[in-house]
Amino acid sequence: MTLLTTVFAAVAATVIWYFTAQRAKMQLGTLSLMYWGASLMWFVDAIFEYVELGAEFFTPSATDMLHDFYLGLSVVALGLVIWLVILLIKDPKGVIRKNSKEN
Amino acid sequence: MACFLVPAAEAVITTIANKVIKTKEKKKQKEGADNAAESQNKVKFSAKLGWLNKMLWGGSALLAFEHLWHGEISPTFPFLTAVENGETAQMLVEMGTVGVTMAVLVTAVWGAMVGISYLLEKRSRKAQKDVQKDAAV
Repeated sequence: MTLLTTVFAAVAATVIWYFTAQRAKMQLGTLSLMYWGASLMWFVDAIFEYVELGAEFFTPSATDMLHDFYLGLSVVALGLVIWLVILLIKDPKGVIRKNSKEN
Repeated sequence: MACFLVPAAEAVITTIANKVIKTKEKKKQKEGADNAAESQNKVKFSAKLGWLNKMLWGGSALLAFEHLWHGEISPTFPFLTAVENGETAQMLVEMGTVGVTMAVLVTAVWGAMVGISYLLEKRSRKAQKDVQKDAAV
């Protein structure tokens, strides 16, 4: 479920990157690559888990699924926070620099 | 256990490599060695390496959070629960299998991205040359 949640986040970030004119300024490539990197890593984790558990891997309990979904959402939220911090540090529109000069 | 440490270690290496490559590219650009028209249709290698950096750093950070969530990382020394519990050998085996596969897969996907980018650049250069030829005729 964590893998699925992250893959959906990666796809959504990539679609937004594709359709946004100011993709470079908005650091949208960074956001989507971050989610794709995590998705690939969890995919490997899932393969190893499948090798260990077999068919049981595809029939998780409802509690496990809910727990993993909660973790997945938290991961997506953390990714967004990291992206926001990068965006504010790079400050492509100079808003923060301008504000700090005014104050 | 600590599989994310392998891609994180690779990220450190690629980040350092990227800094070195960026400096060399800037130096080359200053010397005017790059053909301006050609470099217009070319994504710099440092930018391409940046894609790998972002995937490795981002993936490792999010996986580290998952490990923290599952109690596999602790805020105190030695930071890894497996080491604290005397499961170091098991942890190293996991790093050698899962961690290395993670790093290899991410690098392979990046390699494919670079390959596709190279083909697109080649096609773009060819189209530009064709336009220039047509204009000359």
